[in-house]
Amino acid sequence: MSDRPIVLTGRWGEPDTVWMDRYLETGGYRGLRKALKMTPAEVIEEVKASGLRGRGGAGFPTGVKWSFVPQDTGKPTYLVVNFDESEPGTFNNRELVERDPHQFLEGAIIAAYAVQSHTAFIYCRGEFVWPGMILERIVAEAYDEGFLGKDILGTGYDLDVVIHRGAGAYICGEETALLSSLEGYRGQPRLRPPFPAVEGLYASPTLINNVETLANVPHVLEKGADWFKGFGSEKSPGTKIFSVSGKVERPGNYEAPLGTTAREVIEELAGGVPGGKRLKAWTPGGSSTPFLTDQHLDVHLDFEEVQAAGSLLGTGAIMVCDETDCMVEVTRRLTQFYAHESCGKCTPCREGTWWGVRVLGRIEAGYGRQEDLKLLDDLGKNMLFKAFCALADGAVSPIASSLKFFHDEYERHIGERRCPVTGKSPGISSEMGKERTDVPHAAEEPEWIDMSEVLR
Amino acid sequence: MESHPSVLTPELREQAERITARYPAGRRRSAVLPLLYLVQSVEGRVTREGLREVAGLLGITTAEVEAVATFYTMIRLRPTGRYVVSVCTNLPCALRGAREVLEAAHRAAGVPEGGEISEDGMFGVHEEECLAACDAAPVVTVNFVNYDRTTPERVTELVEALRRGEEPAPSRGSFPGDFKRMSRVLAGLPPEEAVP
Repeated sequence: MSDRPIVLTGRWGEPDTVWMDRYLETGGYRGLRKALKMTPAEVIEEVKASGLRGRGGAGFPTGVKWSFVPQDTGKPTYLVVNFDESEPGTFNNRELVERDPHQFLEGAIIAAYAVQSHTAFIYCRGEFVWPGMILERIVAEAYDEGFLGKDILGTGYDLDVVIHRGAGAYICGEETALLSSLEGYRGQPRLRPPFPAVEGLYASPTLINNVETLANVPHVLEKGADWFKGFGSEKSPGTKIFSVSGKVERPGNYEAPLGTTAREVIEELAGGVPGGKRLKAWTPGGSSTPFLTDQHLDVHLDFEEVQAAGSLLGTGAIMVCDETDCMVEVTRRLTQFYAHESCGKCTPCREGTWWGVRVLGRIEAGYGRQEDLKLLDDLGKNMLFKAFCALADGAVSPIASSLKFFHDEYERHIGERRCPVTGKSPGISSEMGKERTDVPHAAEEPEWIDMSEVLR
Repeated sequence: MESHPSVLTPELREQAERITARYPAGRRRSAVLPLLYLVQSVEGRVTREGLREVAGLLGITTAEVEAVATFYTMIRLRPTGRYVVSVCTNLPCALRGAREVLEAAHRAAGVPEGGEISEDGMFGVHEEECLAACDAAPVVTVNFVNYDRTTPERVTELVEALRRGEEPAPSRGSFPGDFKRMSRVLAGLPPEEAVP
């Protein structure tokens, strides 16, 4: 464990946030100095050669994304840093900013130079009051040191950075919704194409990158693509910060090479499930990635292998449930999240998430019907790939995967009219073992509504 | 509408101009969220007058501003309390006892379950979605700064300390002050002392 390669978290042992002085003392802004001596095209080539892939969830090759940004369109080019981290279970961007914020800022300046952008926006999640205050300070520090502003380090290159705070909306992490929000509208996604690279912010060429992606960039430039490819797997080079939460001994962010097994991350790094209990289910990359089980602990955590196992690497947010957790309840809670966060633009998502909560809620409460499982399956099929953005697809993940791996548990909830895991009786949510009014239909037998008819 | 600006003082209207100037020429509308925060920093929420004033500053209609204001949960159109206590109940926090913490927060703050604000207007309690600090579950924030690994006892103590006029140090960062002052920070105003 001690010889795990560390790229991104090297300064996390520092007691305080790493401000400019300390960042410079520990080798900071060397990647930028090197990049500014190269042409923008050479910078893009280096990042392409490194094989770095976006860490925000989709895993798209970063250098390729940069190369899509057209030059000489006669319009300004924008860089937007996506710091709207909101995927349930994900907290690595926050810690990257709280501990070593200049690292990603340096990466952002390099990215802006590569696509010849002179205005960069950092979209900071509204709830991140403290991380946002850190951003204000580091941006001011970077101006003072001549890493931002006019004629950066005497190269003639200019870049201004604007911090823009969101105001509480998960959907704004979706890049086109983020752009709508930044333009001063409701955060609703847009149809693609045109892709943001061509028509993004203010209908101008726009590059959008996640904080963790950008944090890798200074290292790629300073130490080179070949060095970077020395970590991780062939198609997924580099390291990843895995956010591990839920039923583990030591929840936290753990940096490990891509391709590390889930077992190593969950059991060795995070200490495994407490109390000798059995691991029941885990997500590889946040609530929008399908659950896997204890049968999948030897899956190598890279983009390809996780997908081959039937899920997605997503943001690397590993949420762990143990054998005492009710998967119907877990799924209902996550579906409630999507119902709350659906922006309402697309009917399958707006209605599907809402109905999903109701059907799951009634199964949880012991009022499920045999037809409900088919209904949930139909619901998923009517949502998947049927909306403008991936929020609806993400909402289907916990429903479809829990039905797949824990079908018996659903059946028993319905057949026994109680939770087979916790033993709680009808009308009583397993959460707290108390009656609750916020689970729909928990208090009394509901009216039967055939949702499949409603959706058709 | 423009004849009786009542929410923003002349000083704050100047600040509003500085905020809109952050965005490229002709893109004033991008400042709608920071300006809503600015109005919220005066009123503790955003009233209809506030919406009108933001519309006037941006040259768009009140309805357009309202459409934005109603989309985002941190723009509060109803009174929300001096201290907004948010309890995350999403999965990682739920797995570690968030439900009990939420109930304790309601009790301690005197906000009935299903209600939003205490009678004296001091506290708001909200069930929150994932706050991106799942290593510290269950997470509670007060005016959106974090208190890690809470328990029903700890959240009760936290609320009681606030009631006594104390501002307990959060797990990371510094306390932004009451909800109005937090909104001022979020508007991106330069209260030098608020920057770390």
